[in-house]
Amino acid sequence: MNLSLNRIKSQNQMTNIYIGSALLILSILDVFLNSFFRINISGSLPGNLSIFFPLILGFLGLSYLRTEYSGYKFLDSLNKNINTTNFNAFLTLFITFAILKAFPPALSWMVLDANISGDTKEACTGTGACWTYIKVWFKRFMYGMYPNELHWRINSAFLLVIGLGFVGYFFKENLKKYLALYYVVIYPIIAFLIIYYLISGGAFGLVWVETGAWGGLSLTFIVSFFCLIFCFPLGMILALGRRSNLPAIRYISVGYIEFWRGVPLITVLFMSSVMFPMFLPQDFFMDKLVRVIIAITLFEAAYCAEVIRGGLQALPRGQYDAAKSLGMGYWKMHIFVILPQALKLVIPGIANTFLALVKDTPLIFVVGLAEIAGMLALAKTNPKWLGFAMEGYIFAAIIFWIICYAMSKYSYNLEEKYKTER
Amino acid sequence: MNNKIKRILPQLLTILFVVFVFGFFTINAQVNMDNRGIDFGFDFLSQEASFDMQFTLLDYDGQDSYLWAYVVALLNTLLVSFLGIIFCTILGVVIGIARLSQNFLIKNSAAWYVEFFRNIPLLLQIFFWYYAALRALPLPENAQPWFGVTYMTIKGYYIPSMIWENLNVFMSCLIAAIVAIIFIRVYAKKIQEREGKQLPVLYISLALITILPLLSFLIGGVTLDFEMPKLKQLATTSFIFEGGVALPPELIALVLALSLYTSTFVAECVRAGIQGISKGQKEAAASVGLTPNQILKLVIMPQALRIIIPPTTNQYLNLTKNSSLAAAIAYPDLVLVFAGTALMQTGKAIEIVGITMLTYLSISLAIAALMNWYNKRIEIKEK
Repeated sequence: MNLSLNRIKSQNQMTNIYIGSALLILSILDVFLNSFFRINISGSLPGNLSIFFPLILGFLGLSYLRTEYSGYKFLDSLNKNINTTNFNAFLTLFITFAILKAFPPALSWMVLDANISGDTKEACTGTGACWTYIKVWFKRFMYGMYPNELHWRINSAFLLVIGLGFVGYFFKENLKKYLALYYVVIYPIIAFLIIYYLISGGAFGLVWVETGAWGGLSLTFIVSFFCLIFCFPLGMILALGRRSNLPAIRYISVGYIEFWRGVPLITVLFMSSVMFPMFLPQDFFMDKLVRVIIAITLFEAAYCAEVIRGGLQALPRGQYDAAKSLGMGYWKMHIFVILPQALKLVIPGIANTFLALVKDTPLIFVVGLAEIAGMLALAKTNPKWLGFAMEGYIFAAIIFWIICYAMSKYSYNLEEKYKTER
Repeated sequence: MNNKIKRILPQLLTILFVVFVFGFFTINAQVNMDNRGIDFGFDFLSQEASFDMQFTLLDYDGQDSYLWAYVVALLNTLLVSFLGIIFCTILGVVIGIARLSQNFLIKNSAAWYVEFFRNIPLLLQIFFWYYAALRALPLPENAQPWFGVTYMTIKGYYIPSMIWENLNVFMSCLIAAIVAIIFIRVYAKKIQEREGKQLPVLYISLALITILPLLSFLIGGVTLDFEMPKLKQLATTSFIFEGGVALPPELIALVLALSLYTSTFVAECVRAGIQGISKGQKEAAASVGLTPNQILKLVIMPQALRIIIPPTTNQYLNLTKNSSLAAAIAYPDLVLVFAGTALMQTGKAIEIVGITMLTYLSISLAIAALMNWYNKRIEIKEK
């Protein structure tokens, strides 16, 4: 009795599974043929019904397929993951169909119908993207108006700076204690000298290139690099100032932090470009790029300070008390006990601040510095290349997305690494 | 004695440093302005602005003063922020919940949505929508109506405008309904605490908020007409829409980019808030005998909101500050109109940039103060 019931049930189940998978496959096939080959098998149905036809079919199919346990691995994982309730099944179908519908047009625009050969606008005959535009302007997007034959200077400067950044890994054991000194003081100075003498030139037989010609992605890197280096120590001092028990220092730090966090970066940049020259002595000239870097540094330092303060506050009081009971003074206590632990805690926060900094650098376009967004605007209005805004922005978006995504993944890894060590 | 010096000396040095920096800048500014023949002052605010704005909420033309231009531009900024906040909240909550879904596809598409929009600079997104995506829209004469009455064209989104008669009667009815609902809620809470009875507050509120405004139409003499946008031919090839409300493409691009970008951060806040509630809370509530709806309403949401709201407000603040990017696509917001056009015309760099920064600063500080008050209020009072 029991056995036969089971068999009947399983027979029912098998028919359900067959009907369900047939319906589901039919619905997916309909959408697939429709979007990839423009064959409309449900076209004979009246009006709106043909639009909803695959949705209804797939929905019925999924509800037939939904069983507690079938014994088929694939079907069970399907049921468990994407087909738990009617609502879930509906959303699943919706997302699948949306992807199926959106994929072919995107693919044909980006790859199949796109052009990349040739050097002029006329080479772009297809209906898809015109990557020729990107190819022709590529050097401009990367290096701005920097003279073509001098691009090796930018490349070698970046390579040198990056190389020096890794030097810390190869320090000998007895030099390890100078690591912080190297990264906080020596490295920025060397990097500045390299970038100054190699990229802007003017000495050692290199031709002088004024900062107005700098641009493109390399300018984004230069600006974010310097702001990154300078805003960190400044933020650390401000965070300590905000935690200080000396009222004057505390209030000045709080005022500074709240002020910069309260204003948008764009007004800060406006300030640096139109208002700041008024505050300088008359015969004193400061390059626009330098002013912008100072402005962004001051701005981001406030955010950095708040993140570091979070780390300082998260440390238990016992750490402070223990350090004090060993007879350490304020600076000794902070440098050897508090900051190393606090900074470890705030690595993800700091990485997020740096990420925000990199994402903020395109803003310098507003005050007339031609980094990649500025170069795109310039290229877009070039009479020979009108009408390719879409390609340009997609190209820039992809570049930034890769940089930022890599940074966020790296910070996530760092976080995981230090989490286990604690 | 030694200790006292240790305390006072650093403070003195810091103050001296700050005073020196400010003094140095002030003296330089004085000298520079004297040399260029500019004087410091805010009289220019009452002068005629003599520039036009593309899009305004209040009446404005070139004959109005700079002060009025400031107010109108500030309203434009607030409009963008308001719309952006609404859309980013809706999107953010949906995506945040979707990230916790058991459905593999939903979970991953939500995660990719977040990774995608979060890692592209906001300025590029605004440019993309404004210069690339919205430029692909049809011209007015080719536009197909959306929902029958609205038109999305390359020149903007045209929607019907509402023409009210006796609007104040309608508004007072609405306010009366809201006040009544608040009273009923308080009363219902009292009844529940005293007698343990639950009043159907939701139904009463819904009834009140629909019936009172409806009554104003029937009795109060309120009428509502819609003015439809109509296609009008200016020349043989040039068409525009007339009537209705026109939302300029700048506004649309800005709101789209701001809400898509900020919604990723809101989604992360929502996710963190819901994940931050320990499973035990849910189980404890269930074991007391609460229904799933009650668990969500009385146990999970109050605790999750406590985690969600502070960082979300921070994101709203960021959105408001980021709305200043409007200047890059010429939407007449505070930065473009005031720190751009007005500054060019008057040359009063210090005053104008100062006012602009102070405006944003006061918005931020006001919201921060509100947030601190709220945090204090909802803080769990531990014994």
